Parts: sequence; structure tokens; C-alpha cells
Amino acid sequence: MDSKPTNIDKSYLADYTLHLADSSLIMGHRLSEWTGHGPMIEQDIAISNIALDLIGQARNFYQYAAEIINLENTEKKITEDDLAYLRDTFEFKNFLITELPNGDWAQTIGKIFFFSTWQFYFYQKLIYSSDKQLSAIADKSLKEVTYHVKWSSDWVMRLGDGTDESRKRLVTAIEYLWPYTGEMFVPAEFESNNEDQVNVDVSSIKKDWHDKVSCVSAEATLALPTNTWMQSGGKKGIHTEHLGYILAEMQYLQRTYPGLEW
Amino acid sequence: MGPQQLLEKFNARIEQDIRIEPKDWMPDDYRKTLIRQISQHAHSEIVGMLPEANWITRAPSLKRKAILLAKVQDEAGHGLYLYCAAETLNISRETMIEQLLSGQAKYSSIFNYPTISWADMGAIGWLVDGAAIMNQVPLCRASYGPYARGMVRICKEESFHQRQGYEILLTLCRGSKEQKAMAQDALNRWWWPSLMMFGPNDDQSPHTAQSMKWKIKRFSNDELRQKFVDICKQQADILGITIPDPDLKWNDERGHYDFGEINWGEFWNVVNGNGPCNKERLAAKIKAHEDGAWVREAALVFAAKQKKKNSDKEVKLETV
Ligand SMILES: [Fe+2]
Ligand SMILES: [Fe+2]
Repeated sequence: MDSKPTNIDKSYLADYTLHLADSSLIMGHRLSEWTGHGPMIEQDIAISNIALDLIGQARNFYQYAAEIINLENTEKKITEDDLAYLRDTFEFKNFLITELPNGDWAQTIGKIFFFSTWQFYFYQKLIYSSDKQLSAIADKSLKEVTYHVKWSSDWVMRLGDGTDESRKRLVTAIEYLWPYTGEMFVPAEFESNNEDQVNVDVSSIKKDWHDKVSCVSAEATLALPTNTWMQSGGKKGIHTEHLGYILAEMQYLQRTYPGLEW
Repeated sequence: MGPQQLLEKFNARIEQDIRIEPKDWMPDDYRKTLIRQISQHAHSEIVGMLPEANWITRAPSLKRKAILLAKVQDEAGHGLYLYCAAETLNISRETMIEQLLSGQAKYSSIFNYPTISWADMGAIGWLVDGAAIMNQVPLCRASYGPYARGMVRICKEESFHQRQGYEILLTLCRGSKEQKAMAQDALNRWWWPSLMMFGPNDDQSPHTAQSMKWKIKRFSNDELRQKFVDICKQQADILGITIPDPDLKWNDERGHYDFGEINWGEFWNVVNGNGPCNKERLAAKIKAHEDGAWVREAALVFAAKQKKKNSDKEVKLETV
């Protein structure tokens, strides 16, 4: 990675990159819980594949974040693993929706559908970031995310327009997830200053996201929830109770045996 | 052609190493043997995902997490190819899965052992995938075409699996005292079950002779096991950990390592359902299957609705 961050505020850039890394990692980590337990082998493979893509994206962002942090860090150089394994819940900046439990297949599909649709519109804009590295990661990730959107949309339609049971489960899932979609479009402090045109104005992709989600839902013969109360906090490090357990599990070896190579 | 002629033709093809394909005539027992072997193999890939999936969420680095996830996903792919290969012998995937879940069909008993530490991911890759490769490479030349071709694809991935496992152990063995102890402990637990993966001794293996005659099998259980021991001993020496067998020593005369007696009592116990994780493994697969029932049904109903919509459209177009 040769593109050096320019004269912008480096801590904002690091936080921004970490936020993107954290969301991808926590989402991928959650989805990997399905591996070996999917409803059919083909779908077990598909969901593991999405998990793998997301973990790959997270690694790209963490490596870049480490590079930014290391510019100012003269002592010990930190690595992608330090960032993933040695930060605590209040330092994680992932969207809350990514840490919610998988629940049943409908809830998982809903999570992937809402999140990957956000990623789809987000990466399309991040490609134009003045930060070359973020732009490159966005470009690479967009191809993957395009498939995630298609795959999850297909499932939304299948479940919505499948059996009574599948429809009921999907409706329940969407009602549960809906309040967690709002924060995806509200800029955090680290993304409020955009003079350098590094980050994406997330409020600007809300309409595209909403149109796409409405359109797929309509095809699935579903109406979207009308309640507008939205949860928030993920980007600020204020999480649900679920994240602590995810980290306890994920970080256990690094925490038990500090400072080793694996 | 009469039955005698068909059999002669079949035997001649086997003799000349010409592949048998799904549409060719084959003796009933040949078909049954293949169904048993291929479906057992498919079940092993699928059940074998569980002990390793157990560590995906606890993998100690992002790189290891990605590699392990990709590996377990490969195993699902192997299961899929193998179910497809078996389906060419006129048995459906649903039937095979039913046989697995009802406990009627077997899978490799190695997967009934628990994965207790991270080092087990190393030991499984090195020893379990290693033993699988040893068993499977000769199957790339098996007389039944779809099986042989499936195995070519699978073997390529298995050698990557083995390397990543060995690499995990190598890293642990070069690491701290605790890490090396973790690696040794994993070897202690996985060594003997890995040797059991080659099946009973030749004089106790009821199917071997016929399978070799049909060129489904090319080497006997004991031949493959010996080859495995010889290779592993050297690899263990490089790691600097000790194979838990006091009788393991080089025999100049034979040009092989001698090794101790396998505990066949344990082997048959695990095969017959009394291994440490038999119940958990099957329960996990049953749960996934039952929890997935409404998902599969929804997909079928949706597909049927789509088909009907499309044919209605066609009818409309025709009447216009
Ligand atoms: Fe495999
Ligand atoms: Fe494997």
C-alpha cells in the first residue's frame, strides 16, 4: 500500500477506516456462525462465502488503519490483529445491526439485505474518495457486495412470497431489524468534516437505499415498517449487549496468551 | 446382450482400465459398494465441517480466521460434489441425508472426537486431511468415472488443507512454551484416531478384496497406513513434537517404521456410536436440517409460483 494519507486529520481518517473495518468484521464473524449449520449445503456455502468476503474487506480496512496509526506511532508498530483483537466494545465502531444475533434464516437474510444494500450504495461513492487507498478497497469490495445484494434480495423474495410461515418469519425479522437501519445514514463526528472529500456523506445514500429496499420488498409482497424510531450508538462505541459476547469469543486466544504469533 | 455377456464386458473394461460411466451396465454389488462408499465419504465431508467450524469464531488472527473459514467451506463443496457423484448411481441426495440423520449411514469416525484447543485445527489439517489425501489420491484412478473425477478436484484442495494445518502447528511449535504444549497435546489426542481412519487391518477388512478387484480401491488399508506413519514421523520430527507411540521405531529390514497396536476396541466403539461427540455431531446436523425445513419449503413453493407465473404469461402471449 503506497498511497500515504495526506494532510487531513489522521485520527478522523483512522476512526473512519476502523468504523468500516469493524462493521465488515462483525457482520462477517456473525455470518460465519452459520458455517456447517445452513439449511442446505448450497446455502451453507453461499453464506460462508459472504462471510469470507466481509472478513477480507475488514482486513483491507484494518491494514490501512494500522498504516495510518503507525505514521504517528514510533514505538511498537500495530497490526490488523491488534486492531481486531485488542480493542474493547467501547472502541468498536460497527453498526449495531451487524452485531445482532443471526436468529433464524429470515433474520439473517434481513441483516444481510439491509447491510449489503447500504454497502452497495456506500462503496459506489467511496470509489470517488480523494483517499486512494479507501477508493481502491471500495472498488474491490463493490464487486463482492453486488453479489451479496442480489443473493439476499432473491431470498427476501423467496421468503416473502414463499409460504405463510416464511412470510411471517420475514415480517417479524424486518420489524426487529428496522430500528437498526437508521444510524447507517447519520454521520458520526469522524465523518462530519468532509473538506478533503475523503468520506462519503452517508445521508446522501439514504434515498437510494430506501428505494431499493422498498422495491425488493414490494416484489416480495411486503410492506416496510412505518415506525420511525431508530436506535443508534454503534459508530460512537455505544453498543448492544451482544457485542461483548462476540468479542469475548473472538478475542479469547489473543487475550489469554498476549503478544504471541499464531 | 444377456446378463453373462454384460458381466463379461464390464469385467473387460475394468481389466483394461476403461472408466465405468453412469449409463454403462454394472453389477448390482458394484453399484451398492460405490453408493455406500461415496455417500459415506460425502457424509464425512459434511459432518467433518463441525469440529472445525467450532473454532472459526475463535480463530486467533484474521488471517487464520479467513483460512479456516475457507477450508470448512471447501469441505461443504466436497460434500456437494460427492452427493452429486452418488446421485449418478440412482440414489437421491434426500435419501442419503435421511440415512445420515437416522444414524443408518456411517461417516468417518474421526469427526466424533472433540476439538478442544486451537492446536486441534493444526492437527486436523495435518493428520486428518493428510490421511484423507493418502486415502483419496488413489481414488482419482477409481474405476467409476464420476467418483474419480470428483476426487481429482477434491484432492487439489485437500493438499492446501493439509499445508495450512501443518503451518498452524509449525507456528505453535516455534512459539511459546504454552503454544508448543498445545501442539503436543493435540498430537497426543489426534494421532491414534488418525491411524484408525485407514480402516481395520487388511485381514479384518471385509470389503477390501472385492473393491480392489473392481479397481475402486488400489491399495490396502495397511499399505496406506504404513505410508502415512512413515511420512508423519518425519514431519513430527521437524515440528519437534513426539508421536505418542513408544513402539514407533525405524525397521531397517522392512524399510519402514514399526508402530504399536491400534486400539480397535476404541475404534469399534466410536463407529458404533459411543465416541465422545457422536451424539452432538448428529444432533447438530439434525437441528440444522429441521431448522432449515421451512426455508427449503419456502424456496420450493416460491419456485413453483414463479414457474406458474411464467407459464401464465406464455399462455397470454399465445392468445394475443
Ligand atoms: Fe474434504
Ligand atoms: Fe479437507
